[in-house]
This record gives sequence, structure tokens and C-alpha cells, in this order.
Amino acid sequence: MRPAGRAETDSLYFTYPAFDPPRGAARHTLSERTPVAIVGAGPVGMLAALTLARHGVRSVLLEARGTFNDGSRAICVARQSFHILQSLGAVAPFEAKALGWTTGRSFYRGQQILEFEMPDGPDERFRPMYNLEQQYIEQFLWEAIRNEPLVDIRWQSAVTGLVPAEDGVALDIADPEGSYTLPADWVLAADGARSAVRRALGLRLQGENYEGRYVIADVKMAHDYPTIRRALFDPACRPGGTVLIHRQPDDIWRIDYQLGEDEDAEEAIREDVVRASVASVLAEIGHDAPWELEWWSVYSANTLALDEYRHGRVVFIGDSAHIVPIFGVRGLNNGLADAHNIGWKLGRLLTDRAGPGLIDSYTPERRGATLDVFANASKSARFMTPPTRGWQVMRDAALGLALTEGWAGALANPRQMTPFTYADSPAVLADDPGFAAGPAPGAAMIDLSLGGDFLSDRLPPDFTLVCFDAALAEEVAAQPGAPAVVRLDDDPRIHARLATGAASAYLVRPDLHIGARWRHATAAGVAAAMHALTFREETR
Amino acid sequence: MTPDQTESVYEALARAIDRAAPEPPEQVLARLCLLLARALDDPAQVDKAIEAALRAPPGPDGGR
Repeated sequence: MRPAGRAETDSLYFTYPAFDPPRGAARHTLSERTPVAIVGAGPVGMLAALTLARHGVRSVLLEARGTFNDGSRAICVARQSFHILQSLGAVAPFEAKALGWTTGRSFYRGQQILEFEMPDGPDERFRPMYNLEQQYIEQFLWEAIRNEPLVDIRWQSAVTGLVPAEDGVALDIADPEGSYTLPADWVLAADGARSAVRRALGLRLQGENYEGRYVIADVKMAHDYPTIRRALFDPACRPGGTVLIHRQPDDIWRIDYQLGEDEDAEEAIREDVVRASVASVLAEIGHDAPWELEWWSVYSANTLALDEYRHGRVVFIGDSAHIVPIFGVRGLNNGLADAHNIGWKLGRLLTDRAGPGLIDSYTPERRGATLDVFANASKSARFMTPPTRGWQVMRDAALGLALTEGWAGALANPRQMTPFTYADSPAVLADDPGFAAGPAPGAAMIDLSLGGDFLSDRLPPDFTLVCFDAALAEEVAAQPGAPAVVRLDDDPRIHARLATGAASAYLVRPDLHIGARWRHATAAGVAAAMHALTFREETR
Repeated sequence: MTPDQTESVYEALARAIDRAAPEPPEQVLARLCLLLARALDDPAQVDKAIEAALRAPPGPDGGR
């Protein structure tokens, strides 16, 4: 919502473009069959289209709206999402605009009780977290696909019906110029929490609703505080509640505040009530200069997911598949990981470089990641918004002790997201027992400073063998269907981080998770791993 | 602990709850439980103590 007198997309800092539906000659080919139709051009749908294009697969991207999403919404982009954008060649504008951060501070009744640092260091190409308004996330992704010939973006195009078939899906589309049917081999449903595709298939999200409700409000102000996330527990401005404060680009500040049990959500989002609530938070943090109200919304914490993310030729990605509480900043980041995961798998399948079994690994990997988020987010939600007297008393006890007891401060530490490890995935091979340390198969590949650039700068958006031995590198590269090869210097510092020797190798999947590793790699072993990880046997 | 020591602890707890007033007793007792649990360094013992505390019949105030 926006202040009275301003339209929904009338922002203080962002100019929303107005996109037309397909017109003229473009309408002659609207009903041509497409390998992939993506429903929803939010960040998740656009990232899926970009990933498919990088793998040489055409897609039609359908969006009911005629512009980007209203409001800053999901503002925290995690390091792993930056790695995904980097591997797709799209990270530069994000890096230029977003505000990186590593530090969080927690306050209890006005007193700082905790300062935490997220893992960072000279071997990391990116900071652990970046703040960026969602409009920019959408704009930068749109700029990456708008001139991409393999992506056909159709704005103001709503899905009104869906008929699944054995070998595809027929989508009924309506836009201001008319309606038509689009046959697609595959459909990616990226149409958000109120997914029309999910409804058309009669599917429901399962899980829990939490009691906590938050108002999220953006204000524009010149405010002198570094990019450090502040959490205020039981502050004077909202006794018994929790307030979160984030800095965003363009002098925009996000203020999230919890509503009390007796507060009516309808009333709480009235403009005068939002203004008074924001003013009291700003008074508490000592901001006495002018500020302007930009946008606000109301949010309640849920952990909801589909039991199965794939239904025949329809695959759910992002919020259409799962709703997570905001505290773990995993809504957007998990959605991007979903899009990237199914993107490379479909990309390989549809270019005859993988068997259909690879697609079956999507639900276990990404639903597993969602359940992991639920476990962590439920802990965070219980701390930020204690659901019962018992949780309230123990939360307050931990906050009270945190000032003097370090271990109690750890209880107050938000569980910041780390990439999920696909430990039991069918698309990951068992670890080589010769390894005693280093990142294991299923985990995200670690980054390394290579003097001048980073390992992540050298990883293409496809399978990559990271090794040291020149003969192995040559032998692997000469094989049909070989992964890309990145050869590193035989450097003790690198060996210490990867637990490798000169003959060792890691096989990194296109989503930067480790598919396999060997203490003593052979070209034949790598070829067998590529065969298994792309489920080639099923095509024979 | 000897019976005398147990009695001293009992008295110290009573005085601590009164000194904490008007803070509700449960607040100070919850902090104390976390501190004692850390000092005990034995999660199984803590679980047994929690179960024993829940098994004991509630005091005269318990039904309110």
C-alpha cells in the first residue's frame, strides 16, 4: 500500500515501466508449441527463463501484470543467490546497486545484547548478504532476458485454464487483445503464493500458520547508520514486540514491526496508524530528521509447502510451492535456487544431455531445502514471536542473560541461511571415503581466492571438473560429454581448504553444488560420474 | 549437598524471588534455570529434573 494520493506504483525512488501485451505480428505465433512455458515473471520465473536460455532452451514467460511487483518486498539476497546470478552472467548490476552486509545487532529493551558476524573472508567473492529492493531484482533480471532470443516475454497475459496431457500441458491465456491456447511440453509455475496453476490442478499447500503478524514499511530518509541489520526486542516503542530495521539502496529503510495480539490488522495498516507506529520506532533509534513514507504491507509467518513439487509436466518453483517465514530471508533465495535447480535439469533434458530421471531429483532436493528452512525458520519465529507463555518466558530469559553470557547471546542469534546440502539426493554421488574434510558431495562448492580472481569467476553454468593435474584435465576434456575443466595450481593453501592432493578432483554441478569428488581422480571415474549424474542410462 | 546446604539454597531462592519483585518470579527462575543447566553441563540430568518438577503435585496456587 502507498500513502493517499499516490497510485500503487507511484514510488519515491523507482520508475515502474509499463509493458504492453503482445501486439501486431507477434500475435500470429502466440499458439505455437513451446518446450517450456513459465507462468509468472517475478524474480523466480525470470531466473528460470534465464537459466533455460543459458542451456539453449526456448521458453515463453507469461505474466498477468503489466509491470514489476509493487513494493520492495523481498530485500535480502544471500551469497549463494549472487553465485547463481554470477554463473548466469547477470550479477554485475546487482553487485553495483545492492548493499552488502555481514553484521547484525540485537537490542533488548534498548540495550545492545548481541553483535553477530556472518561467515566472510578473503576467499569469498561475495558478502554473506545483500539488501536490494525487489523492483531492482526484477529490473536487472528483466534486462538480462529482454534481448535474449530464447525468451519470449508476454506481459498482461493471464493463465485462465490448464489442461494436463501425457506429453505436455495446454494453457489457456487471456490478454487485453484476446485469448488463445498455448501448448507447452513443460510448465514451470512461478506464479506466487496465490498460484493460479496450483489452484487449477486442485493442489493445496500443507503446513502451519503462526500467530505472529508483522507490518513491513519502507521509509525514505537520510539516516546515518551502516548496513547492519538491527533487531529490537521488547523496545519502548512496541512493548512486548519485535522490530527489525534494514538499510536499502536509495536512502530507503525497511522497518518491520510485530503487531500485538490485541491489534487489529485492518486498523494497523491504515495510513495514520502506520505513520504513528513508524514515528515511534524512529524516535527509539534516535532519528529526528524528516522522513517520507514510501510503501507498506502486512505479513504473517507461515510454513506451508506442497507435498510434491512436480505434477506430471507441471513443476512448481518459488512461493507457488512453499511459503516460509521472513526471518530466515529464504523466500526469495529459495525460490531462486528452485528456478536454477529445475532450470539446469530441464535444460539438459531438453537438449538431450540428460535422462528423465534427472527431473525426478528436483522435488527431493528442493523440498528437502524447504523443510530445512521450516526447521530453522520455526526456531527463529518462536524467538521473534513467541507463540505461548512458555516460549515467551524462556526467550526473555535468554535475552536478559545475553548481555553478560555469550552462550545466551547465541540463543538470540538469528539462524542465517546457509545453502542446503543435498545429502540424500539421487543426483549426488556417495563421498570418497578417502576425504576427511572439505565440502562433501551435495554441499555448495566453496569459493576460493585465486589471486586476482576467484574460483567462482571461473565456473561456467554447467558441470565443471575442478582439478590440479594437467594430464587428467586434458584426458577428461577430450572425452565426449565431458564437463568443463578448471585446473587449479598445486597450492598447499587450496589443498588445505578442499582437503585435496595433487591427484584429487571435485565435480561441480551447474547449480554449484558438488556432485562427486575423488582423492585420486581418473578420467574413467569422471566419465562414469557424468553418466550417473545426468541419468543417461535411462535414455538407452 | 547436606540438608543444611539444601536449606540454604531454598532460602536463597526465596530471597532472590522477592528481591526480583516486581519482576514476575518465572522470569528470574527461567534465567536461573539456564545458568544452572550450563553449570551442570549434563543435558540428561536437566531433562530428569524437568520431568521431576512436572511430576510433583502443584502447590496451593497451582490451580489458578
